[in-house]
Order: sequence, then structure tokens, then C-alpha cells
Amino acid sequence: MIEFVLDSRSKVNTYMQLVQQVRQALRVGLLVPGDQLPKVREVAQSLAINPNTVLKAYRELEIEGLVAGRPGVGTFVERTLAGASLPNQAELREDLEAWLRRARAAGLTPEDVTALVETTLRAALADDTSQRQTARAE
Amino acid sequence: MDVVLEADRLGKRYGNNWALRDCSLRLPAGRIAALVGPNGAGKSTLLHLAVGLLRPDAGTVRVFGESPYDNRGSLADIGFVAQDTPLYRDFTAAELVTAGAKLNQRWDGDLARNRLAQLGIPPDRPVGKLSGGQRAQVALALALAKRPRLLLLDEPVASLDPLARREFLQSLMGSVADAGTTVLLSSHLLADLERVCDYLIVLNAARVQLLGAADDIVADHRRLVGPRHDGGPIGGVAAVVRASHTDRQSTLLVRTDGPITDPSWTVREVALEDLILAYLADVDSTTSHSAWGVPA
Repeated sequence: MIEFVLDSRSKVNTYMQLVQQVRQALRVGLLVPGDQLPKVREVAQSLAINPNTVLKAYRELEIEGLVAGRPGVGTFVERTLAGASLPNQAELREDLEAWLRRARAAGLTPEDVTALVETTLRAALADDTSQRQTARAE
Repeated sequence: MDVVLEADRLGKRYGNNWALRDCSLRLPAGRIAALVGPNGAGKSTLLHLAVGLLRPDAGTVRVFGESPYDNRGSLADIGFVAQDTPLYRDFTAAELVTAGAKLNQRWDGDLARNRLAQLGIPPDRPVGKLSGGQRAQVALALALAKRPRLLLLDEPVASLDPLARREFLQSLMGSVADAGTTVLLSSHLLADLERVCDYLIVLNAARVQLLGAADDIVADHRRLVGPRHDGGPIGGVAAVVRASHTDRQSTLLVRTDGPITDPSWTVREVALEDLILAYLADVDSTTSHSAWGVPA
């Protein structure tokens, strides 16, 4: 079972924060098929939010096919987002940790690292897209 | 869609002053609605009209299709917690639960006792000696023991400290999730409302200024920043709610009726809280300037 947390300073609205947290948990394998999501009442009460917001988030996840509601029982995980990549993640994490040690030794602050990762990721994604577009044009 | 509360050109007058005027609204079932507005805007008047404590001077109000004034039949379905949670202060919480059983046709005393036990509220102390937060919880537990289909709360958290406020809203949201109760609550605390409410009624100077589902309202409004604007029409803008200008730049909060494609405007989404403030600030200040004899 996972526990939801809300970031009140986030610009992302409440229902989307819940959706993103479930997706994140599915991606890292914290939630696997068969797991139950917290009951609507429990989430509404613990976060002091509108139960309709929780229902909306669960409906969105249902539409994506990630979870399914069983009337009178609860909402359960149907499939995972971790896929085949999950077993590889431990190794990648080790690589990343080694890289982070080098970054720190090179004098990068955590903000520098985040900025570098984000710009590199954006550039790499843009490259991918343009390559795919050229491939389609040919 | 079931409508729980319906007002049609509803008005209430005290002497020559209208406390509420031309108020038309429909509150759908299952919503948690916020009633927002400055002091004296007519919030308590609207709630008192809805619960039948006041008689309308104009228009009509219906709750579950019935006029609530002088109609004891409709009272069983309505729970009401008035401002500052008035309770008989010499009574203990346990005595109030017992009294509620004698005074109401439908009464779930076990529900109230379970709630109060869970919250650690002492049953044998006069409620006048409890903390403000505990007293608010007792009032909520009593209102919920009626198992109402509509729950009206007038400034339920105004006098509570932040922790008590959060605990109150937690209990409220938990019980609403169980029972599917429709809620209408008035409050000044806009930040709380954004999490709790999915429907919004903004009152200002006795009139309804803004009304609708919170998601729709947010989707319909944008903030535009661009070069100084002289007031001509902008494509996609239905109305300008609020405008401020410098010698070069204009910032507009607008209600849209289509996409804004003019590239000279930077278009941003607006948070519900900012939007409410813009509507509340949008009263004519020129009368006030002339009344004070100062230039506007």
C-alpha cells in the first residue's frame, strides 16, 4: 500500500499529483499488479481533500488501464509501468551514483547537476524526434 | 443531474438594505461547494434562507424541491452548523448526543459517539470548557448524526488554529466520502477551499459574482500579459475581469470563450485563489472615491 503526499506549493493540481504518484510507484515497482490503492475515504480524510478529487484521479488511472475498480472492494493495480527496464535499474543506478561522485568532485552543486541532466535530456529527446522525422520523410 | 439547492432571484432585505439580491443558483448533488465573499456579502443570509431560518423577501429558494421556510418536513435532510458553532455550553458532549436523539426524527447516536471517541473528546466535560477545535468537532458530529443529505456550514474553521482546522477538514472529508453528502460551506480561507471544494459560489455586495464547477471556472480564465492595451476586443476573450496597466504593459485577467491566438499576449493559467481575489476586488471604487471627496 502506498501513501499519498501533496505538495501544496506545486502548480500541478491535486488530482494530477495523485495520478503522478501512482504512475511513479508503478514505474519504480513500488506497486505491482494485484496491489490495492488506498481507499477513497482514507485518502480524502488523511489529506483533507475532496473525495471527488480522489475518484477523478482513480478514474483517470482506470482509463489508462493501469488500475481497475472492483465495486464495494476497492481499486487494484492491473499492470505495471516498470516493464523490462526494472531489473536494469539497479545497474544504471550504480552508474549514476559513480557519475554523481565525479560531478561532485568536479565542483558541480546539486542544482548544476539537475540543470545539466534536464538540458541534456531535452536535447537528447529533441534529437530522437528529429531523427524519427527524417526517417519518416525518407 | 439532481439539484439539491436551488435559488431563483432570491433576495432578503433588512430595512432598506438588501443583504442578498437576485441570487440564482443550482447546487448539484454530491458537490462540496464553497461560498466565498467578504464580510457582509450575504453568505450567512443565504445559508439561513436555505435552512429556513429566514423568509425570502424576493424570489424563491428550494431544498430538495421544497421551500424550507416554516417547513419542518424538509429539516430532517438538512444539517446546519452556524457560525462560531453555538452549542449549549453547560451540556457535556454526551448529553448533547442524547438531546439530539430526543429532538430529531432520524438520529444516529452511535455515529456521533464513535466519531467523538476516535477524536479523543471527553464525554463528561461541559462543551463550554472544550477547546475551539474540539467544540467544532462536537458540532460537526451532531450535524452528521442526523445523516443529512445536505450539510451547511457557516465559517466552520474561521476561529480554529491551523492544526484544528486541518483535523476538522479531515473529519469532514472522511465523512462526506462515506455518505456522499452534498456540502455548502462558507469560508474566508481560500487556500483550504481549493483542496476541499469542487464547486464555487462567489458573493460580493449581496450579489452572485461567479458560480460554477471549480474545474470549469479555472479552465475558462487566463491571465494575459502584453503591450499596453486600450480596451479593444481581443480574440478569444469574452470579458476582462480585472486589468492593470503600466505605461507600456497591460496585465489582464480574462474570461475566455475560445483560444487566444494573438501572439502579442503571453497567456497563463490562473490559480483558483487568485481568480476569486480578482473577482472580489472587481467592485466599483469610483463611488468610494467621490464619497470621500478624493480624486480616483
